[in-house]
Amino acid sequence: MPHVLTRSLDRSATVFLLVVAAVGVLIPLSNLLLPEGSLFQVPTYLMSLFGKYVCYAILALSIDLIWGYCGILSLGHGAFFALGGYAMGMYLMRQIGSRGVYGNPILPDFMVFLNYPKLPWYWYGFDMLWFAALMVLLVPGLLAFCFGWLAFRSRVTGVYLSIITQAMTYALLLAFFRNDFGFGGNNGLTDFKDILGFNVQAESTRAALFALSCLALIVGFLLCRAVVTSKLGKVLIAIRDAESRTRFLGYRVESYKLFVFTLSACMAGVAGALYVPQVGIINPGEFAPGNSIEAVIWVAVGGRGTLIGAALGAVVVNYAKTVFTSGPLAPYWLFMLGALFILVTLLLPKGIVGTFNAWWEPWKAQRLSANAESAAREDGVSEPKMAE
Amino acid sequence: MLTNVLRNFRALPFAILLIVATALPVLAGPFEDAVSKFANDEFSDTEEAVGAIATSGNPLAYPIISALQDGRLMADPETKKVYVTQTDGKIIDAATGTPVASIPDSAAAVRLNNRLRRTVEAALGGLTLLSPDPAKRIQAAQSVFKTHDETMLPVIDGALQKETNKGAKLAFSEARAAILLFKADATDAEKLEAIATIKARGDQEALALLTGLTGDQPPAIAHAAANATSAIQSNLALWSMVQNAWYGLSLGSVLLLAAIGLAITFGVMGVINMAHGEMVMIGAYVTFVVQEVIRTSYPGLFDYSLLMAVPLAFIVAGAIGILIERTIIRFLYGRPLETLLATWGLSLVLQQAVRTMFGPTNREVGNPSWMSGAFELGQITITYNRLWILCFTMAVFAILLAMLRYTSLGLEMRAVTQNRRMAASMGIATSRVDALTFGLGSGIAGIAGVALSQIDNVSPNLGQSYIIDSFMVVVFGGVGNLWGTLVGAFTLGIANKFLEPVAGAVLGKIAILVLIILFIQKRPRGLFALKGRAVEA
Repeated sequence: MPHVLTRSLDRSATVFLLVVAAVGVLIPLSNLLLPEGSLFQVPTYLMSLFGKYVCYAILALSIDLIWGYCGILSLGHGAFFALGGYAMGMYLMRQIGSRGVYGNPILPDFMVFLNYPKLPWYWYGFDMLWFAALMVLLVPGLLAFCFGWLAFRSRVTGVYLSIITQAMTYALLLAFFRNDFGFGGNNGLTDFKDILGFNVQAESTRAALFALSCLALIVGFLLCRAVVTSKLGKVLIAIRDAESRTRFLGYRVESYKLFVFTLSACMAGVAGALYVPQVGIINPGEFAPGNSIEAVIWVAVGGRGTLIGAALGAVVVNYAKTVFTSGPLAPYWLFMLGALFILVTLLLPKGIVGTFNAWWEPWKAQRLSANAESAAREDGVSEPKMAE
Repeated sequence: MLTNVLRNFRALPFAILLIVATALPVLAGPFEDAVSKFANDEFSDTEEAVGAIATSGNPLAYPIISALQDGRLMADPETKKVYVTQTDGKIIDAATGTPVASIPDSAAAVRLNNRLRRTVEAALGGLTLLSPDPAKRIQAAQSVFKTHDETMLPVIDGALQKETNKGAKLAFSEARAAILLFKADATDAEKLEAIATIKARGDQEALALLTGLTGDQPPAIAHAAANATSAIQSNLALWSMVQNAWYGLSLGSVLLLAAIGLAITFGVMGVINMAHGEMVMIGAYVTFVVQEVIRTSYPGLFDYSLLMAVPLAFIVAGAIGILIERTIIRFLYGRPLETLLATWGLSLVLQQAVRTMFGPTNREVGNPSWMSGAFELGQITITYNRLWILCFTMAVFAILLAMLRYTSLGLEMRAVTQNRRMAASMGIATSRVDALTFGLGSGIAGIAGVALSQIDNVSPNLGQSYIIDSFMVVVFGGVGNLWGTLVGAFTLGIANKFLEPVAGAVLGKIAILVLIILFIQKRPRGLFALKGRAVEA
């Protein structure tokens, strides 16, 4: 384990983790301990907003893991995110109990409204958090495993894979919009009351959820770093850059891809599960293909193949979105988002962090050699080579 | 008094029909005399008059009796003249039908009591069966077919005898069959004949009639009815297959139209154009603008609006396509995933631009007269706009195919598709071919928009709803082969429409998507993949 840690943590990764940890501790503390109105007190709404960004950052990490390091561009990762969210939402619905509008102790409101005689079998067990948490990992993981097994085995690659992942999330979108699918139709799941007995609206619960999201980001980041810096990670990069050649060298490309795709889907599921209690609603809109593509652009903006960049990109783009869509520039936000897609792919193919690295590395190398220091530790952040 | 009224009530339909039936042969009855009886202002005389007029076969019969029902029939007891105030306010002499300037002051409305109202209603029902308009006769016969009211039998018989219109004759004989089938005292032979007639009709209503038959029929009739029922059912099943196939063809033509441009750009250049749907949308908005100009300046040309919109949409969308290729896509060749993202961004920009210019709501695009309406073919209804779109799609497909095959640009495009480097070595300006190909694909998307504006809402989101389906068609059909796109589009369209009645619209669509994902397992490069030995990357 220590070996894995030292290998995974280069200087920038350590800095990143420290920053996330500091944010995860300081923001909740400032929110809870400082008096309201104080200069350093972070208002609850802002904390929830950042909590949302952190969840997006986890989603971006999961996309970067497969796109940046294995060349799999999934346009359906929003589906895994939403499935995780639904699993958590189902737990939260069951927690409402008899406090719903219709006061039914077992059935959620929408089921009473739609005349369900009893709880559908797939809602069993969701009254326990551990079960819901298991499902958060299992459902997206299983879907990704089946989907990936079918897709990778028949060597569906490149844009074909992107398009069928998009079709997958589109099919789920249509399915979840149906009332008789048993997940609340187009209203989705909402009106949550509490989680593990704590009120989801309470500031302390929100602070805890924020801290938890930061923790999940740290764990997710470490996990991704462990994967990409391992031997497995080298094979993944080889697949990204020359899939056939890797196969001819004797690696079972499908298995590697399947593993990393499933892992990434589980991460996305966790992100969704943390997202739902913080925003208070999950509805089929989360499955919209547009959402998944937007998540991909966060990674592209931050820099694909740089895990820090993915997380950074998610936060930066979403912060920009919040600022612009709430201001007088709201009608122009889509222009800006569209332009972002075009300009990043045309002018900044390495993303912010990738471009920064490209400038920084030579300068650092020069300085190092000037100081006559012998070979610095491999920084591990591999230069993303633009595949295909 | 009360019992008297009740008795009359019960006997009434028979009385009327007896009058109608017995009087039918005497067509040229003393119509004027009957009319003048209204002026006596006696209920019994009025009843006689109604009976006589209803059976007279005179074209004025219907206006007179319906005027009586509405209290628009005025009679002058002094001159014995009767006037009808028509629904448009004009006044005619009831006996002759000649227009009259005004009704004399001495005239009063002919009064009715409850019994008479019944008489009038029954007479009107019979009169519709004898209406001079064949369409009205058929309609009346249809309603008799549904109600199979025994009391109508004499009227139907009479009407059948003198009917000359083919359609009306059929309708009458069907109505007669329906009545006989349910008539208690009809002979078995009559009933068997009736069942045969109803079976020949063979639609949903015939089926309802036969299944409504009570169980206590003689074995021969019950057997015949069961046979007829199953025959009609299989006939209906066949027609619903035809119906589904037609809907499928229609959906397939829409999918083909939307996907065909995509097939060209994807096939030739390997470029995933996520903004393709927006080209369709732009085409639809071009149609809107053309119609708007026509509406305000040249209203007479409205029927030609689509003919004008097609070349314009091709030019506008094609020009935008070439512009996009030159400014964005050119720099992203060899990076399909980045192209995908950039064109997605482009689609957001184009959508928002159109939203800013034309507003976020649906815009009104009208159907020209030759595209509206429908016609019946057997048991199914075919709308003209769907039919025209199918024809239009096939025409576009044929032109495109001919263009690829017989023009030099087509030759160059095929060469670049098959082997880009070799084509370049042979002196083909591949980048020029790329730009033109992209323009062509976008232009075709534009004219697809013209067609789709006729059946879909013209809104900034128009393209979004087609993009995933179009990709499915291209992926399913195989890249670089227009025939694959054709087969893919029609297969998906028909499969979708056959799944819909079984699984519902949404589940059917989901099933199709799942099936495509599974299909890709078997043939990762689609139905008609280009054969080659090259290994990717």
